[in-house]
Formats: sequence, C-alpha cells, structure tokens
Amino acid sequence: MAEEKKLFKVTIDNITVEVEPGTTILNAARQIGGEVTPPAMCYYSKLKGSGGKCRTCLVEVAAGSTADPRPMPKLVASCRTTVMDGMIVKNITSDRVLEAREGVVEFLLINHPLDCPICDQAGECDLQDLSYSHGTEGTRFEFQKRTFIKHNLGPYIQLHMTRCILCYRCVYVADQLTSKRVHGILDRGDRAEIATYIEKALDNDFIGNVIDVCPVGALTDRTFRFKNRVWFTKPVKAHRNCSKCCGKVHAWLRGDEILRVTGRKDQWGEVEDWICNECRFEKKNLTDWEIEGPADINRHSVISQGHYSGKIGTTKPTETFPNIMNGRQPKLLMDIHSVSEVNPPDLNLAAIPGPAHSGDFEEKKEISDKQ
Amino acid sequence: MGRKLLLEHAGVEGIRYYDAYRKKGGYASVEKALKMTPEAIVEEVKKSGLRGRGGAGFPTGLKWSFIAKPEGVPRHLVCNADESEPGTFKDRYLMEFIPHLLIEGLIVSSFALGSNTTYIYIRGEYAWIPDILEQAIAEAKVNGWLGKNILGSGFDCEIYVQRGAGAYICGEETALIESLEGKRGNPRIKPPFPAIKGLWDRPTVVNNVETLTAIVPVINLGGEEYAKIGVGRSTGTKLISACGNINKPGVYEIDMTISVEEFIFSDEYCGGMANGKKLKACIPGGSSVPILPANLLLKTAKGETRYMNYESLSDGGFATGSMMGSGGFVVLDEDQCVVKHTYTIARFYRHESCGQCSPCREGTGWMEKILKNIDTGKGKMSDIDLLWDIQGKIEGNTICPLGDAAAWPVAAAIRHFRDEFEWHVRNPEECLRRNFGLAHYADPLEAVA
Repeated sequence: MAEEKKLFKVTIDNITVEVEPGTTILNAARQIGGEVTPPAMCYYSKLKGSGGKCRTCLVEVAAGSTADPRPMPKLVASCRTTVMDGMIVKNITSDRVLEAREGVVEFLLINHPLDCPICDQAGECDLQDLSYSHGTEGTRFEFQKRTFIKHNLGPYIQLHMTRCILCYRCVYVADQLTSKRVHGILDRGDRAEIATYIEKALDNDFIGNVIDVCPVGALTDRTFRFKNRVWFTKPVKAHRNCSKCCGKVHAWLRGDEILRVTGRKDQWGEVEDWICNECRFEKKNLTDWEIEGPADINRHSVISQGHYSGKIGTTKPTETFPNIMNGRQPKLLMDIHSVSEVNPPDLNLAAIPGPAHSGDFEEKKEISDKQ
Repeated sequence: MGRKLLLEHAGVEGIRYYDAYRKKGGYASVEKALKMTPEAIVEEVKKSGLRGRGGAGFPTGLKWSFIAKPEGVPRHLVCNADESEPGTFKDRYLMEFIPHLLIEGLIVSSFALGSNTTYIYIRGEYAWIPDILEQAIAEAKVNGWLGKNILGSGFDCEIYVQRGAGAYICGEETALIESLEGKRGNPRIKPPFPAIKGLWDRPTVVNNVETLTAIVPVINLGGEEYAKIGVGRSTGTKLISACGNINKPGVYEIDMTISVEEFIFSDEYCGGMANGKKLKACIPGGSSVPILPANLLLKTAKGETRYMNYESLSDGGFATGSMMGSGGFVVLDEDQCVVKHTYTIARFYRHESCGQCSPCREGTGWMEKILKNIDTGKGKMSDIDLLWDIQGKIEGNTICPLGDAAAWPVAAAIRHFRDEFEWHVRNPEECLRRNFGLAHYADPLEAVA
C-alpha cells in the first residue's frame, strides 16, 4: 500500500492513469497511448535535456493538482512539465490545444520545402505525419522560403538544412554520445542553422545516430540517398556481434539486398539502442547479419504496405514486370539516341574540350552524313 | 516637483567617482544593512512594495524570498544590465553617471541574498560602461566596501562585470544565465526557476539595474517610509526614459503620481510635443508593450485620467490599456506612420528571436514580411486578418516572453489603428508619399478645449 500511495493520479482527456512522481505529462500520456498522446517533434526520451522547443506537444492543464486545483494560464509543453497528483490535462479535448497545434504545424511548414516527392525521409517523416494529423490544407505563406546549400558532413551524412526544423536532437546526440561535439547551431532566429565549424566533417563511431533522431529529412544517410523509397523496402530485425554497439538493428531489404541499416525504433519512433557507424554504413551484405524476423511497423504506416512472403532475405521482389504483365518481358519501345539529331550516339561529349556548342554537333553530323 | 531618490545627486560634479559620491552620503545603506540580518533586509524590501523595474513588475521582496537556501551551495545575485529594449535607456544613465549607486545596491542585495559572488551582465553595445563600472568596483574595493570581511561583518563579496555580445534575448533571465555560463544565449525551459536552479545550477536571483539601485533608498528610508512614496501598489520612484517627438527627451525620475498628460506636456518633464505637432500615439513602456492612441493614452476607457504607474497604465487590459514595462516612453506625433513603426518593431524581433522554439522563430519572420508588404503598398486586405491570426498563435505559446513581446505590438497596432493599415492597402501609391495622419485620433486635448 505504501508504494501505491507514492503514485500520482493524472487524468488526461478523461482517462486516469497512475504514474510515478517526476514523470512528464507526455510520458504519462504515452502510458495511455493512442490519440491521447501529444505529438512530439523535438522531445526524445533517450536524450537528456531535449524537448520544449517545437511546441507541438502543448497541452492545457485544467487543474494543476489536488492541492492547488487552479488551471495553468498558458498552454504548457507536455514533454517538459512534470505531473502533479490530481492533475487534469486536456489534449485533444481542448479546442485551444488543437488550434495552437495547428498554428505550430503551420509555422513549421512555412519554411519547410515540401519536397517530399524527392525526400528520402518521406514515408517515415514525423513532420509529414504531423501535418496530416494536425495541419491544414494549403498555406497562407506567400513569400520565398529560406533556403540553404546542402552540405556533406563527412562521407556518410548529408545535411539538407532547408528541411531542418531546429529540434536540436542531433546536437544532443553529439553532446551525449560522442566525446567531442563539432556541430551546433549557428546564427539565430529563422536564419539559425545546424552547421559544423568551418565545414568540419562529423566523424565519430556513433555520429550516424543523428540520422535516426532527425524527425525530418535534414540529415540523411549518404549510403542510402535516392536508392529507394522506404515503403518499397522491408524492415527486418537483424543482429550481429559488434564490439562497439549492441548490434541490434533494423535492416531494410529490397529482395536479398540490404539497402540501409537503422537502429530499432519503438512505437514512438525512437531508437531502442544506439548503433555504431560500422553496423549502419558498412555492413550491407546479408551474410553480415542474422535475420530474426519482420520488424514491428505500425499498421497505419505506409511502410507496412510492403508484404513479407517466403523466407526473408531470400525472395526476390514479387512485383516484377513479368509478374505484373502476365509474363511479358519489358520491351524497348524506342532508343532515343537512334532518332535524336542533336545527340548522336557516336558523339563522345566528354571528349569535347570545354562546354559543347551547337557547332560541335553539326560538324559531327556532317561527318556522319559523309560516312 | 516630484521627489527624487535615485537621481538626487545626478548633477553633482564628480559623482561618478567615489569621493564625491561618499560625500553625498553614499554607502550609508551598506553601513546600515550590514548591522541588520539578511532576513530583516528582505522583510524591509517586502514592506517597501518595490516592484521589478525590468518590465514585468514582479514584487522584488517576494522574488528574493523564493530563493532556495540549500546547505553548502553558493547562491548568486546577477544584475541584469542587458538593457536592449528599444526606447529604454534608463539603466545606461544610472551606470554611466552614478555607477556607485548600483555598486552600493549590489552590496546590500548580495548581503541580503547571501551571494558572495555577484555578476553584472552588461549588454555588448554599452562598450564603454564596463570600464566605468570596473573603476567604481575598484574604488569601492580600495575603500573597503568590497572584498573579504566587509566592515568587519564577516561578509565577503566580489562583483564581476561580464559583457554580453549584443543579443536582446540575453536580457531574458534564463538566457542571461546561459550566456553568463559561456553557452549560447537560449532561454531555458521553466520550471525549474532560477531561484531554485540558476547560474551553474545554483540558486540565483536576477534583478534589473534600477531595481537594485532602488534598494539603496529602501534601506536608507526604511521599507515603510519608501512605500509612502507613490500610489497604491506602485511604490517608490521610477525612471522613465522618454524619447520620440518631444521637446526634451531624456531620463526622468517620477514618483508615479503624475498623469501621463502632465508627463508629456509639462516643462519639468518632456516639455510638450516637438515642433508644435499633435500627439498621435505613444508606447509607454518600451517597444514590446502595446501602443496606445492619444485618446486612450491620456484617459482610460472609463474616462478617468491615466497616471504614470503600473496599475493605471495597464487599466483596461490589452483591449484599451498598455503596460508600464521597462519605462521606455516613446511618443509619436501626427507625422508618424504606425504601419512603418510596427514594421520596424517586427523587424527588430525577427532579428532578435533566438530561433529555439518554432512559433517565435517562424512567426516573427512571417509577420515582418507581411508588414513590409503592407508598408510598401503591396499588401492585401486579408493580410491584416492574417497578421492578427499569426500574432495570436505566437502569443503564449513560446518558451520565453520574446514571443509575446513580438506579438503584442502588432496586435495593439491592428487593434487601435486598423483603419491606417486598411488605408495603406487601399492606397498603395499614396502611402509611399504621405502618412495617414491623425484621422480618427483627434487630439483629445483640443477636444476638451
């Protein structure tokens, strides 16, 4: 009984749950699960000090505690506010919260490029999910978006700052996982950017985890860039004996090919354990891994539309052209080179010194006519 | 003639230096305070009803009583001299001309709070003032007011001056603490409040320069005597830095019983409008507080005279009132354009947003862009409603008050001067050539006459 008394009762959207003192509202809501849980773009339970920045997890506190039942005047960030005994929280039952959240989504999107069709993160992007669930159609922003130049932070990671929502998660990863952080925020306001000091590369055995924590496609895996859409790949649980990390990963397969390796993510999209760069970037052979079985993917996720059949890692993709087209093999309809007058196949563009001019082609054409 | 407590000896020759300051009764409060107990000093400050002069107006004594006192953990007092609010320059005047008054207030306050290491965080743009302060500290030290065992009381105190790098956000107390620790000046998420976990996770009190100098008369006069000056919950004197289209811009000490009308038009203070123009609007407390049109500035919505104090200036809430703020009194005459003015303020807040939380980072930039369009005659009617919507979504949803500070001026400008915005939209070419003028905001003084 004594232990039970220590627990705090907190009511979120009329659902009461008992949690330990010191739990945040967000984590209490995660214990309930479902729609009651506020979305979080910057909070990451494994990173100390994260959260409070994106303001998507704002909730209304209708009663502070049993002892002091006054409501809090402002909406509070649920990821950083700890529960009190008898606290009553309103999340999706509060219009104020939904309105504020809609505003936050709009703010996050005004400078976000919306290049989802070419973004590697599409399909597993937190911002994409958030805009579907809480955003509005269309935009009221009629100005040029702020843009940045893409940077390669070393051989494995690319930074596409234009997409960044400044959640600071990658900064916390570098702070807490690596011995020396070389990247951080430069400048301030809407000109703030994640950057390394004088174009330094990020090289540390665990720096690859910044890709996993990035809620958008700002930090992407260079070994996977433009290789495939995530919903065409099948995530499987795999492990190997690694001297540096736990070695437990999700391997993303297309046929018998491992296209990329990520940390294992739980239902809140957070990795269960950090993995090292060697597992993530260098072990792309099926023989490197022991496959355990399909990964648990939320059935609402676009990724879950890929089906598993046969023994994992041995079957080729079933949706090949002959299978779909009743055994017909693909046929080359037309070779563009054979009919193009400007770009004849025998012309080696690389051999032309300097930029190619129309004269280069005409001269060549004359020669080919003569021949 | 209002009573002067802080600027009483401001005109004395050489008051910047120790000898002249001491001759005028300087450091008497330290002698008095060190014979009292720290608790008694906090009690005196509580009795005095002194309210924070930095903007929020929180009772200082109450703030001091919140400081945690765990065993064996040092406590700190930090003086917030990062005075960056556009229109406010009262702290600069105090530090530049009467630096010993601040040092004296700091010693007393440090003793009351048990802070052996006290910091003055001064904004980077005040490049010459740290030297003045450091000289004052050195003089105080030579004369035994600082250092080990001050006046044989067993109390040690050192004061250090730390320069900022020119960021408005570092005037927010937790951002100031981060900056003082050598980090990027991002506001912290509260709770925990600085009184529990502040500088280097130690209990910390951050107070404005004027608040700390006001401690000197509080101790000299005694809390109850100090509370008799002023009116209601606005006790003591307040420095107002007046600027804009007035005859005599400058720093004035008022005892909070005079009316706004008297403050603007009497020769003792602002000396009336410059060049015989008419009063159009005024920001009574620094750029972040709501702007008020002339009719609401001189009289409240109920028709009562508006006085220069915390309660009267905020009478009517944000619908028809404003705030005392930090005392940056900016007066606009009939030739000023409220749209351009609002754009300038929005540009400032966009530039100074730290970029940590999304509503402020993205919202301030968006508001600036829309206001620029309206100002240059490219705006649409729907932009005004959009602005109103954006400011509503920033206000109250950010980590620190900078989001509110950016939203309030825009909200107030639309609330009171919507027809001027609409005129800009309707007359895209004319608005580049001339200003809207007074229109519906006829001079209330004239109306009375």
